Amino acid sequence: MTGSVPLVEMRDISIQFGGIKAVDGVTVTLHPGEVVGLLGHNGAGKSTLIKILSGAYQANTGSILINGQPVDIRSPRDAKALGIETIYQTLALADNIDAPGNLFLGRELMTPWGTLDDDAMERATRDVMGRLNPNFRKIKEPVKNLSGGQRQSVAIARALHFNAKILIMDEPTAALGPQETKQVAELIKQLKKEGIGIFLISHDLHDVFDLSDRVSVMKNGKLVGTCRTSEVTKDEVLGMIILGKLPGQQTAAELEEMH
Amino acid sequence: MTTAVENPGATRPRGARDLIAALEIDTRLLAMAAALVVIWVGLDILTGGIFLTARNLWNLSVQTSVVGIMATGMVLVIVARHIDLSVGSLLGFVGMIMAVLQVEILPIGTSWTWLVSLAAGLIAGCLIGAFQGWWVAYRAVPAFIVTLGGLLIFRGLAWWITQGRTVAPMDPTFQLMGGGLDGSIGAFWSWVVGAVFIAAALFKTVRTRQRRNRFNFPVRPLWAEALILAVSIGLIVSFVLVMNSYYRPRTQIPQGIPIPVLILIVVAVAMSALTKVTKFGRYVFAIGGNPEAAELGGINVRKVTVMIFVLMGFLAAISGAIQTARLNAGLNSTGSLLELSVIAAAVIGGTSLAGGVGTIAGAILGALIMQSLQSGMILLDIATPMQPVVIGLVLIVAVWLDTVYQKRRR
Repeated sequence: MTGSVPLVEMRDISIQFGGIKAVDGVTVTLHPGEVVGLLGHNGAGKSTLIKILSGAYQANTGSILINGQPVDIRSPRDAKALGIETIYQTLALADNIDAPGNLFLGRELMTPWGTLDDDAMERATRDVMGRLNPNFRKIKEPVKNLSGGQRQSVAIARALHFNAKILIMDEPTAALGPQETKQVAELIKQLKKEGIGIFLISHDLHDVFDLSDRVSVMKNGKLVGTCRTSEVTKDEVLGMIILGKLPGQQTAAELEEMH
Repeated sequence: MTTAVENPGATRPRGARDLIAALEIDTRLLAMAAALVVIWVGLDILTGGIFLTARNLWNLSVQTSVVGIMATGMVLVIVARHIDLSVGSLLGFVGMIMAVLQVEILPIGTSWTWLVSLAAGLIAGCLIGAFQGWWVAYRAVPAFIVTLGGLLIFRGLAWWITQGRTVAPMDPTFQLMGGGLDGSIGAFWSWVVGAVFIAAALFKTVRTRQRRNRFNFPVRPLWAEALILAVSIGLIVSFVLVMNSYYRPRTQIPQGIPIPVLILIVVAVAMSALTKVTKFGRYVFAIGGNPEAAELGGINVRKVTVMIFVLMGFLAAISGAIQTARLNAGLNSTGSLLELSVIAAAVIGGTSLAGGVGTIAGAILGALIMQSLQSGMILLDIATPMQPVVIGLVLIVAVWLDTVYQKRRR
């Protein structure tokens, strides 16, 4: 797999805010059908890195390649045009608007008369929500009236409906109960089979370790390293997150101290 | 709660709660309409039957139009989490521009003088809106500050244009917009307007039903649909009847719908459509609900923000034309403190200052409630200084009631 051209390559990315380097020379890759966990403490720079890919921020230096081609992502719109869909930790839903309105936010379907095609949007929403969450009924209600899991489904539906090739999930299970977390895990496995590349971002190792093929660990804006999950233990990855050292450099004493 | 809605042709409702659920009417709007009825009946009793006469209701409708038109724009401004304190001054300034053009610059007595001055006023309103919107959107100055500045600037400019002179009289055609002596459309055309609205209501109901059935979406039960239609048609017919029951002075010729009220109706329909069926309307609400989500969705938040203020400026200019035509003069004090009535109307009409929530119909009801109280207090001979005291208290209590209601719903 490493021989093939990666779906996404973020090469030597740096960004700073007011003199502080939030992301400092980070390189990560993602292949089709692969799940890469992006790990690190809060403030390690994971979310910032991923917002560069989703078009919310622009990197100061570095380049992004999609299928080996350099691309210029200047806005969320550009990212979506490249098949990059993001499910934000905050879900990025407008609470006062219903599910179809949120699903198509910024990409509304229009009638030939130039008005919103609410019927078509409602139909598409019923379709995609039917697959994700068959019990979902509150199609026409503002999403603030929905439960955490239902809101999450709307955010996921938004990414799926537009045929994402690259999916970014920021803390996808942080707000969910055990049952809903299991559903999201199933969904990730299914999407993987369809050849979609997925970045899973989390500060909690246990959320993503079993789902990921590889993990990239960040600390203080820098990349600590990237490992195959089949070749390392959870403890070693935890060591990367806490100590900021690769598995080979961690001493037994340091690992002991973590617990 | 939704069972009656999910099954078309479901059983008849058992309680009031089921009834309202099946009708799918905004309960907030319903409460406001109920409040209006209570106020009207109460004032009618207190005034010994003067309040609910055709004459008073006709005047009330004319008085509501200026604030009502601006309140529809204020809804969008507030929904997008902004505020516009400048609309009263803007109205005065634009009114003065139109007055000066008619009386001192353009030739008097041509058929196009009124049209050119009106167009100039509307364009000025849009430009002023764009100016203020630009400061808010692209220079990130809070709308409160920008429009507070606007309040001072445009009031000052209205004064400065003529150095404080009053400019009069207006072009006779222009005066019609104020709803004065000849400013109504008469009985026949009032019925035509009524018929158009009834036809539109029927058409919309049938079309919506057909479409929703085609896609197998849930529809309202038939009896609910029929009830809503019957009430709508009843309201339209009574409105036209009342407007036609007020005669021109010393004649038996019905006045019919006043032109400013007709303008309000057109604005209300257009603004409702704008909020419900256009991208722009959807984006305004999305920005109010979650600005970050709107940005991440690829919405050009700044551009939309400028457009909101342009629209507000345009509506203030329309109101400026009506007010100037009604007064038949350009005064530098026209519209003073009107911004507060407009904001109050929007807020009483259910627009949330936290953003994201508000309706055009609610704002017009809010304007009608405010104007009813004002008109009622005049009829009751309540001392002038006490009138704003009452309005102020009503505003506070109305918003408090709404807060309580919103909390309880959750």
